Amino acid sequence: MVNWSVILSIAKTHLLSKIKQTSTAAMGVMFGIGAYITLVSFMTGLNTMLDDLIINQTPHIHIYNEIKPSKKQPVDLYKETQNTFNIVHSIKPKLSQKKIHNALPIIQYLKTKKNIRGVIPQVKATIFYIAGSIELGGSLKGIHPLEEAKLFNLEDYVVKGTLQGLQQNNNGIILGKGIAEKMSLKVGNRIQISTINGDVFPLKIVGFYQSGIAEIDNIQSFVNLKTAQRIIGKSEDYITDINIKLHDISEAVSLSKKIENQFRVTAVDIETANAQFETGTSIRNLITYAVSITLLIVAGFGIYNILNMLIYEKMNDIAILKATGFSGIDVQLIFMSQAMIIGIVGGILGLLVGYLLAKFISTIPFETEALPTINTYPVNLDPMFFIIGISFALISTFLAGYLPSRKAKKIDPVKIIRGQ
Amino acid sequence: MDIVLEAKNINKNFQKPVPFHVLKDINFKINKGEFASIMGKSGCGKSTLLYILSTLDTDYSGELFLNNELISKKSSDYLSYIRNKHIGFVFQFHYLLSEFSVLENVMLPAKKLAEKTLKEIEFDAMSKLKMLNIEHLTKKRASRISGGEKQRVAIARALINNPSLIIGDEPTGNLDSHNSSNVFNIFRQLKEEEGLSLLVVTHDHEFAEKTDRIIQMEDGKIIT
Repeated sequence: MVNWSVILSIAKTHLLSKIKQTSTAAMGVMFGIGAYITLVSFMTGLNTMLDDLIINQTPHIHIYNEIKPSKKQPVDLYKETQNTFNIVHSIKPKLSQKKIHNALPIIQYLKTKKNIRGVIPQVKATIFYIAGSIELGGSLKGIHPLEEAKLFNLEDYVVKGTLQGLQQNNNGIILGKGIAEKMSLKVGNRIQISTINGDVFPLKIVGFYQSGIAEIDNIQSFVNLKTAQRIIGKSEDYITDINIKLHDISEAVSLSKKIENQFRVTAVDIETANAQFETGTSIRNLITYAVSITLLIVAGFGIYNILNMLIYEKMNDIAILKATGFSGIDVQLIFMSQAMIIGIVGGILGLLVGYLLAKFISTIPFETEALPTINTYPVNLDPMFFIIGISFALISTFLAGYLPSRKAKKIDPVKIIRGQ
Repeated sequence: MDIVLEAKNINKNFQKPVPFHVLKDINFKINKGEFASIMGKSGCGKSTLLYILSTLDTDYSGELFLNNELISKKSSDYLSYIRNKHIGFVFQFHYLLSEFSVLENVMLPAKKLAEKTLKEIEFDAMSKLKMLNIEHLTKKRASRISGGEKQRVAIARALINNPSLIIGDEPTGNLDSHNSSNVFNIFRQLKEEEGLSLLVVTHDHEFAEKTDRIIQMEDGKIIT
C-alpha cells in the first residue's frame, strides 16, 4: 500500500529545504527543453520556408522536348550487322523541333484529370537585350501571368510592378532586376530586344523580377505567352514547356512516367529535379535533432547528479524512514517523486521559455534579397514539439531519478545506523 | 504471562572482512511489560542481535516471534509494516528528520500507518509530547533543539503508533547524566503506566541495574 500524501509531503519538504539545488536542477531541465523548443521551431521554420520556396515555384512535373540523340542509330536497325560490334563516331542529336508536339491537345487532356491542380504552358526563347550598340544575352519566358501567380507564386518575386500589369499589356515585359540595373532602366521605360534571327521588338517595362539568384536575374524576363510567340514568329500552338501542379505531390513520380510513355515527351518530376535539395533538408533535420537530444541528455545528467548528491545527504533520513516502517518502495517513491516534480516544473517552464524565445525570434527582422517575401525569421510552432518536449523532460527525469532512487531503496539502514 | 518477543536458535555469520560467527544459538524471551537491558563488551554482538530482533537485519538463521507470530523470512514490505505498527525505535544518535518540525517527526510513522485521520494523529502526537513535557517544542525544526530534547522527541515518535515493544540502542549513550536519568525515568514510567515492553542495549551499568532484567552477553552468547 502506498500512502501518496505522506510520500509527497516528504518529497516536498526535501525539495523546499534544498531550494537552491532544486531550482538549479529544474533550470537545467528548463534550459534543455527551452533550447529544444526554440531550436526545433526555428530550424523547422527555416526548413519549411526553404521547402515552400522550392515547392511553391517549382512545377511538380515539367514537360518539355529534349534535344538528344536517337537511342537506336540506323546501324542498330540493320539486320545484317545485328551480331557484330558496331561503333558510331560523332553522333549528332536527332533533328527535331523545340516545341512540344501536339501541345495544346495534351494540355486539354491533362486539364480534365482530377488529380491535377493546374497545367500551364510556357514558351522559352533565347534573346538579346539591346542597349545602344551592346547586346546582352538573355532568356525570355512567355507565360500566362495570372495563372503563374496562382499556381507558382510568381508574384512573390515581382519586386516592382504587378503581374496584372503584364496581363493587361501585350507589349509589356517584366525584366530581371540584374538586367535593369546594368542598363539603368526604370519601370515605364522601353527596352529593345532582338531575337536570334535579328528581329528587333520594343517592349514596355511593367515590372522587375528578382529571384535572388544573380545569374537568373541577369538574364531572365517575362512576357505574355502570345507576345513571346509573336516575337519569335511562331503560331499559337508553339509551346516549349508545360508545367503541372498536382494536388498531391507524392504522385509526381508515377504520373511523370505515365506522361512520358503516353505522349513521347520528356517529363521530369520535382523529386528528380531537386534531389540534392531533399538531401539538404534531411541533413538539416538530422542536425536539429542531434543538437536537441544532446541538450536534453545534458539536462538529464544534471538531474541525475543532483539527485545522487541529495540521496547521499539524506542517508540518515533514509535509514530513519526505513527503521520507522517505511518500505524500500516508499523511499524510492519519495526520491522518484522529487525527480518527477523537478521534471514537470522544469519541463513546463522550458516550454514557456521556448515558446517566448521562438516568438521573439519570429519578430527579428530578416531581410535578404534571396527571399523577397520574408521580413522576419520564420518560426514553426508546431504543438507536436511541445508534446515531444514535455515527454522528453518527463522521460529523462524519470530515468535520471530512477537510478539514484533505486540506490536509496536498497540502502541498508543497519549499516547507516551502526556506522555513526 | 504473555510473551512479546521470543528468539529461538538465532545464529549469524559475518562473511566480511573475514568469516566470523558473531551470534551463537541465542534463545530468550521478553514478557509483556518487562523492561530488559542487554549488556556486554564492544563487539560481543549485542547491537547485531538488537537489529535482528528489530527486523531491520534479516540475514540470520533461527526463528523470531513477535506477539507469538513467526516473523522470520517474511517479505521486507511486511517487516516494514511490523516495524511501523509494533516496534518503536530509540537510537543513540537522535535520528530525527532534521528538516521537519518536531510535530511532523512524531506524526510521520502514524501517517505511514494511516489507520487514523490526520486530526487524530495530531492529537496523539500532542499528547505524547505533553507526556514527555516537550509540547513547547512542537513547531520547532528538529535541527534546532538540544540533544536531550531530541531524544525525548525520538521517544515520542517511537510511541506514536502504541507499539508492543520499544527497542533502544544505547539511548542514553550520548547524553549527560541528567538527561540519562530523565530518559530512564520516562522508560520506567512507560512500563509502569502503559504496560510497555522495553529492550535496551546499553553500556551504562547504573542504567542497566535499574531495569527488571539484565541479559549479559559475551562472545556472541547469552551468559545470564
